[in-house]
Amino acid sequence: MSWDTFLWTTLAVSLTLCTFSFLYRDNPFYKFSESLFVGVSAGYFVIILWYNGLVPTLFDRIWVDPSQQWYQIWSGGWWSGLVTGKWWYIIPGILGLLMWFRFSKKKGWISRYPIAFYIGIATGAAIPLEMQNRVNRQLADTLISPNFSAGFIAGISDIIIVLGVICGLFYFFFSVAHKGSFGAVAKMGIYILMIGFGASFGYTVMGRISLFIERVQSIRDWVRMGWDGGAGGIVVIWVVCLIVLLLVLLELMKYLRGRPSEGTAQ
Amino acid sequence: MNIFERISRLDRRWIYLILAAVVVITVMLKYETPIRISPEVRSVYDFVEAQPPGSYIHMAIDYDPGSLAEMHPMTYAIMEQALCRKLKIIMTALSPNGPGMAEQAMLDIMDSVKMHCGREVVYGKDIVFLGYKPYPGIVILSMGQNYRLSFPSDYYNTPLDSIDMMKGIANYGDVNGIILITGTSGVDYWISYANGRYNAPLAVGLTGVMAADYYPYLRSGQIFGLMGGMLGAAEYEKLVKRPGRAMEAMRVQVWTHIVIILFIIIGNIGYLISRRKGEVK
Amino acid sequence: MKKEIPLLIVFVSGLFMAVQFFVPHSTSEKIYEFVMEWTIIIGIFALALGIWSLIRVSVNRIRRRTPNWQYSIVILAGMFGMVIFGLSFLGGVRSYMFRHFFDYVMIPLHATMFSLLAFFIASAAFRAFRARTALATVLLLSALILMLRFNPYLGPLGDQDAALAAWILNVPNLAAKRAIIIGIGLGIVATALKVILGIERGYMGSD
Repeated sequence: MSWDTFLWTTLAVSLTLCTFSFLYRDNPFYKFSESLFVGVSAGYFVIILWYNGLVPTLFDRIWVDPSQQWYQIWSGGWWSGLVTGKWWYIIPGILGLLMWFRFSKKKGWISRYPIAFYIGIATGAAIPLEMQNRVNRQLADTLISPNFSAGFIAGISDIIIVLGVICGLFYFFFSVAHKGSFGAVAKMGIYILMIGFGASFGYTVMGRISLFIERVQSIRDWVRMGWDGGAGGIVVIWVVCLIVLLLVLLELMKYLRGRPSEGTAQ
Repeated sequence: MNIFERISRLDRRWIYLILAAVVVITVMLKYETPIRISPEVRSVYDFVEAQPPGSYIHMAIDYDPGSLAEMHPMTYAIMEQALCRKLKIIMTALSPNGPGMAEQAMLDIMDSVKMHCGREVVYGKDIVFLGYKPYPGIVILSMGQNYRLSFPSDYYNTPLDSIDMMKGIANYGDVNGIILITGTSGVDYWISYANGRYNAPLAVGLTGVMAADYYPYLRSGQIFGLMGGMLGAAEYEKLVKRPGRAMEAMRVQVWTHIVIILFIIIGNIGYLISRRKGEVK
Repeated sequence: MKKEIPLLIVFVSGLFMAVQFFVPHSTSEKIYEFVMEWTIIIGIFALALGIWSLIRVSVNRIRRRTPNWQYSIVILAGMFGMVIFGLSFLGGVRSYMFRHFFDYVMIPLHATMFSLLAFFIASAAFRAFRARTALATVLLLSALILMLRFNPYLGPLGDQDAALAAWILNVPNLAAKRAIIIGIGLGIVATALKVILGIERGYMGSD
């Protein structure tokens, strides 16, 4: 067993248990782990944005001399790197920096220019593609002849799909009151939608439970790592378990003495 | 108040404790659970099996550590299968907290392919990791024109043109298919943009929360395969004959589902009794 | 000037992208590629705004000694710690501390935060999942059929349940989700048109 890996894994398990402590009630251990999560995620994102984002797409395009780095402004080759590079990429760089005027109360309107550019591109790209893929292709696949050659159930299923889609679309049309025959079709639609939501719920339960199972598997692997690693590992495991047990006993004593328990946020 | 009514008003922490106990106990046990293979998962497996050695596939690892439980087993199973079959993999990770995990998975899989298939996977010749860029919609569109538009270099800042396996590879037209493993709504961009505009063959591995929503795309042919959550991952592990975390987790899932169903039944019995007594309308 | 030019930019760029889809000419493709590159670069700067917001909020909390202000120190320490670990002269993304903090701090915390949802869904199922109406009963039955589909202890009923679950996913569930997808698609197109035509101006913020 590598002690280095085991100690890092012990840290991971400790943070996991701190987070799980929220299930009993909100407490400083949970708050600490939550804050650490936010901070570390933000720091990680900064590094990824820098090394995977700005450096290759902006700086390495503007400064192309491979013997120089873009930040080595003191070097003789810096200017030649700029001349041989694609210096016009400075323009989107400047546009990007204009976004930061968003924080200014007086000059905040300047940030509208790059935002407008981005919004225009994203929405313009979406129109034909979303229309084609979410609407046209889905409708085309719905309005097909039922295929009874594949079996009676297959044919009936095709008919159910057509009727189900139409009834569902009727339900979402709120410009007409859901009364009379329109209301009856809309009611059929909501029943179909409920079957769909039930199917999603069934899948969701499996999805959510999976996340907890993986955490328990990780803790189990840590215990095995310590057990297989010998006496030192077992001592660390026992210390962590003892700390958790003491905290649980303290809480139980408070509870039995009749102190009000805050409960979880959920 | 009878027993069912009492139970239906139980402090939620007892429910948490019961669930945790069930999971911890069943994780410790070792037994087999039969897994049925669904056609939508088999399509993905058959696609990878059908690729000749040396052909390219694009693995889009677009998930965060929050979905790791369901997504990692899929990633490992598919990439191991592909690398053992000597396919070349282009990897991207368009989720903000995902690149580190994708890199970790890539390095682990390179080791396990060496162990299980006796094959040395060389970075840059057999697999390349392009990394992360923000705004998946724009990135997916740009990769359809040329990978170099959004990824002039790989995750380690090596220019793409100096990487052996990327020479002659311009866009989706040069890869045989895209397998997307994701827990985010970026799947809509891949379907609409990558498959919709560039007709790239696309298969998806999704979290359990999302899986049921994408069956319409499967039927319309916009995706050729769908792996849903932990079950999809377990089915794939069974197909590649490499039982892993997903198959192990499914036997735990069986018991936790039984417990949750019991919770629902008890809750409803308590509700019906209360309603009969006129306490609840 | 402050509103008109952004509206013009949105209109021109949006119209270009919508029309470009139908124009495979090489000039149109070149402009399209050019625009893609610029958009990615601009977008990166936009994401950095969120990081600055986090720093500002945390510093303000520490300065004003708001309740639980000490945790803002943890946030800033975590953030700056990761940034320092990831600096290129210390090894960048391949550095020991950066990798280990990602693997043994960030991944477990992130995964555990999300795993709490397992308990909440169990609690919600127990407390709120009631067959109050016919609609709720239909939803409940559909969920139960799907939850039992991989249960090996049902015997021959298990195979039938699995087949029924597959049929539910591929027929009524498909119909329901397709209706939702079509509705969303129409909504996206309508909203995009409103943005391009300047009817929807929420992205501009307040004056």
